[in-house]
Amino acid sequence: MYSEKVMDHFTNPRNVGEIENADGVGLVGNAKCGDIMKMYLKVEDGVIVDVKFKTFGCGAAIATSSMATEMVKGKTLQEALQLTNKAVAEALDGLPPVKMHCSLLAEEAIHAAVEDYMKNHPEAVK
Amino acid sequence: MNRIYMDNAATTAISAEALNAMLPCFGQVFGNASSIHSTGRDARKKLEEARRTVAGLLGAKPNEIYFTSGGTESDNWAIKGAAFANRHKGNHIITSQIEHHAVLHTCQWLEKQGFEITYLPVDEYGVVNPADVEKAITDKTILISVMAANNEIGTIQPIAEIGKIAREHKITFHTDAVQAVGAIHVNVNDWNVDMLSLSAHKFHGPKGVGALYIRTGCKAEQFLHGGAQERGRRATTENLPGIVGLAAAMEKAVGSLEENACKIMYLRDKLIDGILSAIPHTRLNGHRMQRLPGNVNVSVRFIEGEALLLRLDLAGIAGSSGSACTSGSLDPSHVLLAIGLPHEIAHGSLRLSLSDNNTEEEVDEVLKVLPEIVTSLRAMSPLYEQFLQEEK
Repeated sequence: MYSEKVMDHFTNPRNVGEIENADGVGLVGNAKCGDIMKMYLKVEDGVIVDVKFKTFGCGAAIATSSMATEMVKGKTLQEALQLTNKAVAEALDGLPPVKMHCSLLAEEAIHAAVEDYMKNHPEAVK
Repeated sequence: MNRIYMDNAATTAISAEALNAMLPCFGQVFGNASSIHSTGRDARKKLEEARRTVAGLLGAKPNEIYFTSGGTESDNWAIKGAAFANRHKGNHIITSQIEHHAVLHTCQWLEKQGFEITYLPVDEYGVVNPADVEKAITDKTILISVMAANNEIGTIQPIAEIGKIAREHKITFHTDAVQAVGAIHVNVNDWNVDMLSLSAHKFHGPKGVGALYIRTGCKAEQFLHGGAQERGRRATTENLPGIVGLAAAMEKAVGSLEENACKIMYLRDKLIDGILSAIPHTRLNGHRMQRLPGNVNVSVRFIEGEALLLRLDLAGIAGSSGSACTSGSLDPSHVLLAIGLPHEIAHGSLRLSLSDNNTEEEVDEVLKVLPEIVTSLRAMSPLYEQFLQEEK
């Protein structure tokens, strides 16, 4: 039911972990629904230089988290805000329809982390 | 990679006895059991032999056994059949919250047809209290349906007691014994049941075949219309290979029940004790003693069931989970919620169900692999991180 890419990112997730003193943190989802994603960003000069995640969730939730971190690493905050769940799903060679909400969660987690950074660093938003 | 199959509550491997019994029915004995000629009569002979075997193993009479397409059909027939046949007496049905969907969804459909259903709660171990059954009875109650043993958490219900209550109140009593037959002692008279559902593929028989026991005198509407098969109550040409396979598998399963149960329970308890002691923050779901011999169901906190299953599968181990992601809905298993588990703990459930094909080496392998997988999934779980921070 999962593509090889999903299984690859599930089995060997990229960027798992935390960033101490992260510049931005995004936490979305809730345990009741079975998915929680937490994203940590390190930002320098408006560019995401490091990103890590922790996820409680199914195979698709872990794989989309992993893929989303890869897609925003090295990107500007503005570029990260343009990340869509569709792009994450496509990069994984598709997701089963019932799992599309996982990619949405990944998008929201990245956006939440960027917004958290912007809230803490109003000078960066100009 | 050697595969370790521990999903026997979902389905079992077919036994050599069942397969060998079936093979002639794909060849020489191909007749239609309703035909008058010798070819038909050969098929009829095998069909009625199978019926006698199944009846004997349940303590029933052969003419009380009706072959079906499986457990789901048996449950549908029993509940809809009894509901409509007794509609003139009342419209109230009592069942439990932890039934299989074959029962629950049938009852929900009947609600739309004007029936009233009481879904009895269960205790923390998943046991239906017979006193609750008695209290729920009204002068409109026409049917009680409580499963013999639960498919997810393995809890065995006090069926004989519930049956006695139903008998005293002259109410039809059905039990879904799909998980029970071949696993524990089943006798329709000891249990005071009027209808009982069973399915062949749960005890090393073929898929697509089951049976419904209907006690003589018990009223149930005809299920399929279009022929005189199954004493005029279920039309369609009988699935002879399946039926013969069912009987052979059941004969073997029930015949070696005590010996198998002993071995399987040893493996089950080793798995349960091993998991609970090796992995912190785990709990056993279901009753420790009143439990199917092959059922292990644990909740592993801070991780999600589907991720756990996928990682186990990569290690060659087949299990199942009650997480939402594996149920195809947003809610985790209704059974785990009914025993009072919060959603996040229900999402992290793991069911390993054993059969006589499993070995101690396999159990040891699972006990070696599972803790490593749990550790690695917890390492990436924000819930676990939060828990550790709160502990400090």
